Amino acid sequence: MTWIAGEPGPVDDRPEGTIEAGSPAEPVPEREIAVAPQWKLVWWSFKRHRLALAGGVVTVVIYLVAVLAGFLAPYSNSYFDSEYAYAPPQRLHVVDDGEWGLYVHGYTSEQDPETLGLSWEIDESQKVPVGLFVKGDEYRLLGLFTWDRHLIGPKDAAGPPMYLLGADALGHDMLSRIIHGTAVSMSIGLVGVVLSFLLGITLGGMSGYFGGWIDNVIQRVIEFVVSIPTIPLWMGLMAAIPQHWGPLQRYFALTVILSLISWAALGREVRGKFFAVRGEEFVMAATVDGVSRPRIIFRHVLPSFTSHIVANMSLAIPAMILAETALSFIGLGLQSPTVSWGVLLEEAQSIRVIETAPWMMLPGLAVIVAVLSLNFFGDGLRDAADPYKH
Amino acid sequence: MLGYIARRVLVMIPTLFVISVLSFAIIQLPPGDYLTTVVAQLEVEGGEVDSAQLAALRERYGLGESFFVQYYAWISNIVFHLDFGHSFEWNRPVSGLLGDRLALTVALSICTILFIWLVAFPIGVYSALRQRSIGDYAFTMIGFIGLAVPNFMIALVLMWVGLRYFGQSPGGIVSPEYAGAAWNLGKLLDVLGHLWVPVVVWGTAGTAGLIRILRNNLLDELRKPYVVAARARGLPERRLTVKYPLRVALNPFFSTIGWILASLIGADAIVSRVLNLDTTGPLLLRALMAQDMYLAGSLILISAVLVVIGTLISDLLLGWLDPRVRLRYGQ
Amino acid sequence: MHAIPTQAPSVMPAGGSTRRQDDEPLLRIDGLRTHFFTNEGVVKAVDGMDLTVPRGKTICVVGESGCGKSITARSVLQLVDRPGRIVGGEVRWRPGTGPATDLARLDPAGEEIRRIRGGEIGMVFQEPMASLSPMYTVGDQLAETLRLHQGLTREQAREKGIDLLRWVGLPRPERIFDSYSFQMSGGMCQRVVIAIALSCDPALLIADEPTTALDVTTQARIIELLKNLQDQNGMAIVFITHDLGVVAEIADDVTVMYLGKVAEHGSVDEIFSNPKHPYTQSLLRSIPTMRSSSGAGRGRLTAIRGMVPHPQNRPSGCPFHTRCDSAIPGTCESTEPPLIQFGGEGHRALCHLYDQSGELRDTSPKPPVMSVATVEEPQAKRPSPRADAPILDVQGLTMHFPVKSGLLQRTRGYVRAVDAVDLKINAGETLGLVGESGCGKTTLGRCIARILTPTAGQIHYRGTDGESVDLAGLRSRDLQRYRRQIRVIFQDPHSSLNPRMTLGQIIGEPLRANRIAEGSEREDRVAEMLSRVGLRPEYIRRYPHAFSGGERQRINIARALITEPRLVIADEAVSALDVSVRAQILNLLVDLQAEFDLTYLFVSHDLSVVEHISDRVTVMYLGKVVESAATADLYRQPHHPYAETLMRAVPVPDPRLRGSRNLPDVPDDVLDPANPPPGCPFHTRCPHRRDNHCDDEVPQLRSTGPNRHTACHYAESLTLRGVS
Repeated sequence: MTWIAGEPGPVDDRPEGTIEAGSPAEPVPEREIAVAPQWKLVWWSFKRHRLALAGGVVTVVIYLVAVLAGFLAPYSNSYFDSEYAYAPPQRLHVVDDGEWGLYVHGYTSEQDPETLGLSWEIDESQKVPVGLFVKGDEYRLLGLFTWDRHLIGPKDAAGPPMYLLGADALGHDMLSRIIHGTAVSMSIGLVGVVLSFLLGITLGGMSGYFGGWIDNVIQRVIEFVVSIPTIPLWMGLMAAIPQHWGPLQRYFALTVILSLISWAALGREVRGKFFAVRGEEFVMAATVDGVSRPRIIFRHVLPSFTSHIVANMSLAIPAMILAETALSFIGLGLQSPTVSWGVLLEEAQSIRVIETAPWMMLPGLAVIVAVLSLNFFGDGLRDAADPYKH
Repeated sequence: MLGYIARRVLVMIPTLFVISVLSFAIIQLPPGDYLTTVVAQLEVEGGEVDSAQLAALRERYGLGESFFVQYYAWISNIVFHLDFGHSFEWNRPVSGLLGDRLALTVALSICTILFIWLVAFPIGVYSALRQRSIGDYAFTMIGFIGLAVPNFMIALVLMWVGLRYFGQSPGGIVSPEYAGAAWNLGKLLDVLGHLWVPVVVWGTAGTAGLIRILRNNLLDELRKPYVVAARARGLPERRLTVKYPLRVALNPFFSTIGWILASLIGADAIVSRVLNLDTTGPLLLRALMAQDMYLAGSLILISAVLVVIGTLISDLLLGWLDPRVRLRYGQ
Repeated sequence: MHAIPTQAPSVMPAGGSTRRQDDEPLLRIDGLRTHFFTNEGVVKAVDGMDLTVPRGKTICVVGESGCGKSITARSVLQLVDRPGRIVGGEVRWRPGTGPATDLARLDPAGEEIRRIRGGEIGMVFQEPMASLSPMYTVGDQLAETLRLHQGLTREQAREKGIDLLRWVGLPRPERIFDSYSFQMSGGMCQRVVIAIALSCDPALLIADEPTTALDVTTQARIIELLKNLQDQNGMAIVFITHDLGVVAEIADDVTVMYLGKVAEHGSVDEIFSNPKHPYTQSLLRSIPTMRSSSGAGRGRLTAIRGMVPHPQNRPSGCPFHTRCDSAIPGTCESTEPPLIQFGGEGHRALCHLYDQSGELRDTSPKPPVMSVATVEEPQAKRPSPRADAPILDVQGLTMHFPVKSGLLQRTRGYVRAVDAVDLKINAGETLGLVGESGCGKTTLGRCIARILTPTAGQIHYRGTDGESVDLAGLRSRDLQRYRRQIRVIFQDPHSSLNPRMTLGQIIGEPLRANRIAEGSEREDRVAEMLSRVGLRPEYIRRYPHAFSGGERQRINIARALITEPRLVIADEAVSALDVSVRAQILNLLVDLQAEFDLTYLFVSHDLSVVEHISDRVTVMYLGKVVESAATADLYRQPHHPYAETLMRAVPVPDPRLRGSRNLPDVPDDVLDPANPPPGCPFHTRCPHRRDNHCDDEVPQLRSTGPNRHTACHYAESLTLRGVS
């Protein structure tokens, strides 16, 4: 039971050693703690981690953006207007002549006679009215139904475009591209981690369950996989993918290749936990109780480290996201027309591009925010994962 | 100790063997081989194919033979003659291509490891000894960010800042005016002036990681009973910290050499392209794109071997430093 | 310059030639308060502690865990870690000589306190292995102290360090000096730690549970050592322990602590023969004494109600009132108890039951004197065990664990945890299984419960139908029906209960697995079992984290008994518990045995507990049974020298018997079950070893009297002494 410092707690004769269990931020009645299952204790202890909580909220928001990308992005993935190559970001104005009203200013361009490059000016005299829930390109929401409303966009779909975060070389809207990229980048992390988790828990679990030579072999494999440099290997494997494969095939090939290597760390974790828990007296007690072996594994052993596994998974997702970004950046990962943060950043490779259009680096900011919040979240979860310290 | 070293070296052999098979398997994965690619290209362009030359190459590398025959031809040349094969794209022996670039990669890696140590050590110790201080929070935050930013982003930003505010690109390792020049003081200073950029870029993630490990280890050690026992003997605080917990907490500095080396070599492949460095990374990328199999295979093999050697060095250092490792596994 | 004596570094009494009278104390603690400022609130670990340490005397501080003993000790040297802080009180060092230093006011990192640490006050901790850094040789750490406080050179420090190691009884001190802590046994490490603490000839040694982590024979030798060293250098000792036997063995004065405060203080004789505070009285009554049992059978122990509250929830008034049977309603729970002096020897207690003259108040509800009548409750009747029908007959049971090493994890040898053991357990009896750590007793218990599959041997179990079956050879499916008849109570109250299951699920699991009861019937049976073991039936929905160690052990017992077993293996079932709670659990086990007609195999390292609960006792050493006999016979006169060694090593909680133990001189070597000595496994430590016969030939277990078996070549010709 927990009492905020300074606040006098009521006297009770609760024994030592039961106090620490899942201390919540505010006093939770003793009766409630006594009947609280593990997830509740984990949650109480996780809640006290401000940074981790914030990380968790941001993570959820990012995944929501990924799911609702079609609705949130002003434009579809394929929309572009090459007249507006490298158009700079526009400021969204909220007040129009003293009244509420959304609009952005239009552009004027000038061509450099020598380099033929366009230089852009915001034209304060032009007003492009912007609205909420406007009609635009059609998309499928949640993969279920087709809709054409967008959260924000120019009121006149046929009029001048809106580039809140600027445009790229072909006149794609960066904001829309980043939002669409969220789905791919974040799902690669998730799918890749689930794959490597399946591999890791199967092999690590086999290692821990059977022991003996199977354990020996799997351990050697894990040691080997952990000891080789991952990026050259990923590069080699990605380069081996046939050029004619479509975006979806490439996507899956990438996740499989990423997880082929990153399962090892998870596998080692699972095996270690397996061995640790197998030696606990409550597992022996289950044997004496006559509990069947599958039930011992699935009811007694596995649940006692699921929270650790979840924490480890959430810490593995950012590594996957970074790997995808890096591989796509050098052209070995995903490729256009697939849009991911890495693919977007590939266009920002040249220092000249960055000089003329620094907003091309904005997908990098998305990467940083996503990785940072996942790391905070995972870190807090790992700390809260074992509420039974005594 | 000798027994420990011998044993540790012996363990490497199967690892190296599996690595070589794997490297070779990877470059064999794409359908066809470099020659078929060349032939196809030449036919498209309407050029002529020198069948005699093709046949000679085929025979030398056992192309068309089974996987193991080809593997044996490749690995035996490497092991017995240090012949890494022929780069089809460059039309030169691979070993000739590697020389300078490999030296630069290794030199940069060593500089970066030193940089990581120099930065991580004081910060890690400070953070642990002043746990929950403002400085600790600040460094922890910076560490989190350091781990979250892809290193090519740091490279891009540094390049951009250099170009924007100093009017020059900090990429490359020598300025153009020294490119062909012989080594002199001017060139050395110039190289040092360029060197810090890749070192910082490569080292950020490793530094952030090592600070975290060092801090956590030191915090664990500070709570150990032998620290209280030493304090109860009247040891001054500073001497006590340096002699007891810090000594144990230093282990990650050596145990992570292999891991840091792996991440550096990975970073090399990606960052050097942005920074325009003549290291092995961009060469590997190009070789992979062009299906230049012997060059690519050799590069993958060499990076893996470098990491294995790094791990060996770190294990030996650990054995030398930590009597538990030396005496328990040394018998 | 530095004359280095070969025997003792200094035989000069502490305090030099101007030794003052005894009434001038060396250390005086007044009203010490050490609090911990945690996120969950302030924990008042020490709250108004008083302690006076006279020169050259041994003060024992006793109390159950969580009473603030260790924190008091650490506060003296300013060694309390954050978030703990001394918030009040004085710690006067040498108050008689000139300007006394208040250690509590010194800068914890300052030079003054550092000069006293290790120089004037030495300290020894509970975990000897952990108090030495594994990165340096023990000699390095020893020499460091000498060089720091005495300014010796490296060579001088080495020379004196080796002398010190010899002084604390370590063989081959030159080699030990250059060894690392992980190459030595716990007992050797503790000798090294003592050598370091005494290296600068301190006037005071603070020993914080220095023998708790050690085996009983090693404990006895460390206590002997401390007494010898004290005789030589005249130091004072503050000895912190929870073991009243150890107190009786070593103390001059005793301070009993409860919840961060003194409950009672007095000379060791006063505390043991005329305890005043109800807490002291209850503590003394709750320990099983090895003298009571001669033939009379098992009495009940007097347990203390409930458990020590967390310091955060300190009861108001007298902190003990929640557990005190003599508490005066309206007084004890509201007012702080007064300090009462008894007699002239400094015997005092904080208790409401006495008036200022030390007499019991007339208003006190119940005379708190030790009364045998209230202790001896009517004993539960149980049928006497029948020797002719063993429920379990173990023959040649062997459990070898492979030792693997090297690259390919090849088997390099075997740990002979259990080596050809024969054992009989009669229906209805309690068989005690004792031995030091690593002797294989736990492994034997686990083999019988078939948690482990033995390497060889038979385990014949006689079922209710009289049929005998060999459990060792059964596969898990055939084993299933015996699983409900042979049950285990586990040792660790924390790890033995799955924290993710409710009590209903934990205790109901064997019913579910054996398809004994389903649904609401299962719940009813669990609820009934809970009330049988003294827990409330409505706890069925709670998780284990809501319970204390003692309550968890009750849950453990409920799980074992829910299948109505016939044989219960209790594996160190009370070892992790404090004395007062231990007594509750032991009483419960005795009651349940009568109620359910149980047979116990009681595995424990604690000889007094085994003596209290067992009908017969089997002693193990290095995987083998060395002696087996009826409890009273064995404790009165053992036949095996190892059994004698164990008996004589157990500290008896009676200061009058001090010094009568006459310890056999047994070296504290490392026992290595992977590499047992040839011949009799005990011959390397045996004080009665005679000739090569002992070194060469393994003695077989054979009959050496009515119902007793011994594995010793010379059992008949030895006259060994048991417990007095």
